[in-house]
Amino acid sequence: MSAKVLTITSGKGGVGKTTATANIGAALAKRGQKVACIDADIGLRNLDVVMGLENRIVYDLVDAVEGRCRLNQAMIKDKYIPGLYLIPSAQTRDKTAVSPSDMIRLCNELRSDLDWILIDSPAGIERGFKNAIAPADEVLVITNPEVSAVRDADRIIGIVEAEEKGSPRLLLNRLNPEMVKQNNMLSADDVVDLLAIHLLGIIPEDKAVLISTNKGTPIALNEKSLAGQAYRNIAQRLLGEDVPLLDLDKGSGFFNRISSVFGSGEK
Amino acid sequence: MQAQEIEVKGIKNGILVEVKNGDWKTQEKAVLQHIDQNQGFFEGARLVVDVGNRALKSPDLASLRNALSDREIKLWAVLSTSLVTERASQDLGLAIKVDQSMPEPEEDSINSLLEGDEAVFLKRTLRSGHKVKHPGHIVVLGDVNPGAELVAGGNIIVWGKLRGMVHAGAMGDTEAVVCSLDLSPTQIRIADKISVSPPKKGKARPEIAQLEDGQVTARDWSKFTKE
Repeated sequence: MSAKVLTITSGKGGVGKTTATANIGAALAKRGQKVACIDADIGLRNLDVVMGLENRIVYDLVDAVEGRCRLNQAMIKDKYIPGLYLIPSAQTRDKTAVSPSDMIRLCNELRSDLDWILIDSPAGIERGFKNAIAPADEVLVITNPEVSAVRDADRIIGIVEAEEKGSPRLLLNRLNPEMVKQNNMLSADDVVDLLAIHLLGIIPEDKAVLISTNKGTPIALNEKSLAGQAYRNIAQRLLGEDVPLLDLDKGSGFFNRISSVFGSGEK
Repeated sequence: MQAQEIEVKGIKNGILVEVKNGDWKTQEKAVLQHIDQNQGFFEGARLVVDVGNRALKSPDLASLRNALSDREIKLWAVLSTSLVTERASQDLGLAIKVDQSMPEPEEDSINSLLEGDEAVFLKRTLRSGHKVKHPGHIVVLGDVNPGAELVAGGNIIVWGKLRGMVHAGAMGDTEAVVCSLDLSPTQIRIADKISVSPPKKGKARPEIAQLEDGQVTARDWSKFTKE
């Protein structure tokens, strides 16, 4: 095996990098892939919380880099899915504790017995971001249908292209088809038109996502959730399968129901 | 004859400085001196320094980086055939590889800084954070996104959507024009006049903007050509 390193980044904070990392990791592992998720947000770790593994941390990324433990000691097994691991970041250090070459070395060490290494990048374009993209084979840029988030995504794409990592792919998170219909939100077309990169997937706005991240159980494992389905589809696309984008308008009728509730409240 | 030991080239997204033979400390000083003499050109630039086969340690590079950042210049990458230097650059989070290809005119532009007859041609999307500064004309085959900046001594032509900031006639040419298939820049400047795009309705049409009675005025391209 030789793992593919996929870095998930966004520029702007709060658009869903950590949630996406946890869910794509879970969805890939569910399909039998061996996956490690690395939290590169040193000093502000939360991938462990989203994955529900906070209380199992003994060693972290910085311990592994600084040689206080073996790499596999810092790998925490997921509690739901076999084949899914987390390398948590250190909470008591900052971004300078790790260098881009440390990250490259670490990923090279991990590559041989994994299928995927997902790196959860911190927000921003400074050291932490540089650390996160240094080992990447591919970069996934995540954005919301919001002008400021799209602007930052554009900047990030420019940097990734300048670093010669190839053209990143795009993940559009928290799209609300109803608001798009009413012209109150950028549509997927608007975003893709501006950013001009390949769209890997669209995650619809779904309250269940927040609930699941708070509980530490990935939404990707929830068979009833449309967002969960979207994450599972993204995993399939990453594995090279041809899966069409979800039809968020008709799809499950979920959004139609929501809209009828809003509709009756308006009058 | 220090100047001959340093070669300056425009490359994609930045400026490449090649530092030929000689003692590093002396050459570092020469580079900074060269920059100080050409402040306007280097200011705000992303700099790539090719140090050849010199083995430099992190403190050497950090001191260069700091000296450059004092001058509002970002040290972006250090190129070297020495593994020691590469390692040191990586430790500082600097790139060690950059795309050195660049449209040839950019290189000439350095020698003809004030002429403005040459054009630079960019076939790509210019994204937020990209800045292209050229003493001649700028032609873009692609979109210019919000947050990107084009500054030209001459005219600017964007065969695509123009949504960033553009400044044509940046050295005072009031005859300069800006054309685009979809002219909706965040801000448009021609010579010393600044203007913002009015909100648009309907389908985008090719337009040309120029100064008319001291005001930046945009006109439909099809009407413009009939005049």
